Amino acid sequence: MPAFATGDDGQWVRPARDYASTRYSAMAEITPQNVSQLKVAFTFATGVLRGHEEAPIVANNTMYIVTPFPNILYALDLTQPGAPLKWTFKPQPDAAAQGVACCDVVNRGVAYADGRIVMNTLDAQTIAVDATSGKQLWRTRVGDINTGESVTMAPLIVKDKVLVGNSGGEFGVRGWLTALDLATGRIVWRAYATGPDSLVKIGPRFKPFYDVNKGKDLGVTSFPPEKWKTGGGTMWGWISYDPDLNIVYAGTGNPGPWDPDSRPGRNLWTSGIFARDADSGDALWFYQWNPHDMHDYDGINEQLLLDLPIGGRTRKVLVRPERNGYLYVLDRTTGEVLSADPFGFINSSKGVDLRTGELILNPDKAPVLGKVVRDICPAAPGAKDWQPSSYSPRTGLLYLPHQNLCMDFESVEANYIMGTPYVGANVKMFAGPGGNRGFFTAWDIVGRKVAWQVKEDFPVWSGALATAGDVVFYGTLDGWFKAVDAHTGALLWKFRTGSGIISQPITYRGPDGKQYVAVVDGVGGWAGAIVAGSLDARDSLAALGMANAMRDLPQKVAKGGTVYVFALP
Amino acid sequence: MTRTVLCASALVLLALACEREDRDFHSDPAAATPKPNIVMSSLQPGPVAVIPKTEAPYDDNAWMTAEGMRLYHQMNCSGCHFEGGGGIGPPLMDDEWIYGSDPANIYATIAEGRPGGMPPWGTRMTPQQIWTVVSYVRSLSGLTPRGARPGRSDHMSGNLAPQNRTPEKPKPTFTPPASWRP
Ligand code: HEC
Repeated sequence: MPAFATGDDGQWVRPARDYASTRYSAMAEITPQNVSQLKVAFTFATGVLRGHEEAPIVANNTMYIVTPFPNILYALDLTQPGAPLKWTFKPQPDAAAQGVACCDVVNRGVAYADGRIVMNTLDAQTIAVDATSGKQLWRTRVGDINTGESVTMAPLIVKDKVLVGNSGGEFGVRGWLTALDLATGRIVWRAYATGPDSLVKIGPRFKPFYDVNKGKDLGVTSFPPEKWKTGGGTMWGWISYDPDLNIVYAGTGNPGPWDPDSRPGRNLWTSGIFARDADSGDALWFYQWNPHDMHDYDGINEQLLLDLPIGGRTRKVLVRPERNGYLYVLDRTTGEVLSADPFGFINSSKGVDLRTGELILNPDKAPVLGKVVRDICPAAPGAKDWQPSSYSPRTGLLYLPHQNLCMDFESVEANYIMGTPYVGANVKMFAGPGGNRGFFTAWDIVGRKVAWQVKEDFPVWSGALATAGDVVFYGTLDGWFKAVDAHTGALLWKFRTGSGIISQPITYRGPDGKQYVAVVDGVGGWAGAIVAGSLDARDSLAALGMANAMRDLPQKVAKGGTVYVFALP
Repeated sequence: MTRTVLCASALVLLALACEREDRDFHSDPAAATPKPNIVMSSLQPGPVAVIPKTEAPYDDNAWMTAEGMRLYHQMNCSGCHFEGGGGIGPPLMDDEWIYGSDPANIYATIAEGRPGGMPPWGTRMTPQQIWTVVSYVRSLSGLTPRGARPGRSDHMSGNLAPQNRTPEKPKPTFTPPASWRP
């Protein structure tokens, strides 16, 4: 692990814990030997019944929880028995924003720095709140729901700035990453994912590793005329930061609309990743996971910044479990692909050419307007979606929560009406090979292979948490919070929460010096939308085809929204 | 005698069938548009009065319902509600109606929009167009006469065609959207 990611003060101030996004805690009180004695320390009901994807945040003996829409922020006092409510902040986002949230009205968490909590609301506002009093410090509108924009991602605070990206790849919005001044909320810079170089913040410092990404205004010319304006590339996932290089890394989402025939070209800079100067936002390099993406493979998953022995020397790498099913290892100083290996079942492509960095597509699985292409794997949510993985330097393994879904895909002509969906595809999903819809996989990054794997009936839509006690935690859509052995994957303990789990588990040191583990339940998200939105699976296309794959979930769980905190007796 | 009866009944059938396919091109929107009587609660102040229900003008018209189906896809209703199973918006093929299942309720829902993310379409479609969509939406849960409902479902879904669906019994209650309950 790079030095900047080590050290553990027992807090959890951002969803990914450290800037390298390891979600690894050096706390080792909970071990394979004693984890079975974990008991509930306290619970807290959020009162909201939609999908809870957020990570609890812990700073100064206070736990901060943001709910899905209406994005209520709660502060719980960890110094008191039962962790009573300290204060509540209600940002009151516009209810109409629920109409532009493609895949449930989720929020992935808040961030803490300098006595402030920074949060995003579904209706595209970024708000700073005083962490002690719960009073609003500033509020900035960063996007417009009438253009289809919303914000669901967790902001990342880097030095004196807050980084925020938009959602709306299914609404023909134009993706961006923006930096706000942490002190005032003023927008300092914004970098778009499509359009002319000036708007993408591509200038003389831009040095992409591969020649295909060199040229002028490729964000315009790699689309048919004007199509870049509705071209997607939103940034609703994860950002990592290397303080030594002063670089932030953030992916770009799928191009819009899904129907690929309407946008011939590589559709830069969608479905890729940018390295940007953390101060100015200037692009430094770019790599495109999915040139001219045809399958909704957003490129916004987490990237772990690690220093690993590769090819006989220690390299600064960026590890990305990508939606298209490959586990990429990139040189994070240059953007060169060092390896890309499948971690799930893939037939939409045949590999990655390590000489050119190009994804080798399978033409048999390329959507064609007006035709139904069957059995494309992975399905639109990819072999792995937003749900973040965790890395343990003790085992060298990356713990991957992911899904095993395939799809039938019919491209149709999309009609652009601003503020309404712009998709152009009928999709129907189902379980991939083996019939289990999910996996929890431990991946040996240096060895480039699966170390062990747990089959799960449902997609594993929660984040993972690795600890120095060699216990790894994750949750399931049908409500089990599980602890497994970091070396073997053996199930050590499980607890049935009230609803399904799609959130990000964390661990922290309480004021009493003990190690606590926290997770939020509340089924939903794209995978759990069938329950959160009370959908009807007799329509196999419901929820972009996801309902079809999840038709038995409503028989297993009901809606919910509760924080559970565990500790040893 | 029998022949005349046969002929007559054939004519009657033909006439009925023709009406089923009637294309309403020229109606003056104002005259063609029933003024909806909208009720959003089964609880009434004072003695229960019978509130006349607004009839949907195209519920029994297959051609106009098909027109509604075309608009449903063209206006991107399908992007939020899909083929009735829901996604961003609630399902439209089931027996649960947040804002009422009567034609007047559905008309108002579409024309005015609803606060939890349903856009208002009154400025984008004519009243006549909205009424065709009302009938299509009602056909999804079998609330319109069987013969007027679309006989085939879309492309690749494998869904049962509206014509072959068992009519749902709309629940008489108005349930606020789940996300409004914090
Ligand atoms: C941008 C997404 C979106 C689009 C486009 C959209 N809807 Fe909706 N619709 C919603 C949402 C969200 C709700 C729930 C609103 C609420 O609960 O306040 C809704 C509610 C409804 C309802 C009420 C259902 C009930 O249970 O009472 C009907 C009927 C409806 N929509 C029909 C349509 C039709 C017809 C169209 C196209 C003309 C359409 N919608 C387009 C999002 C959408």
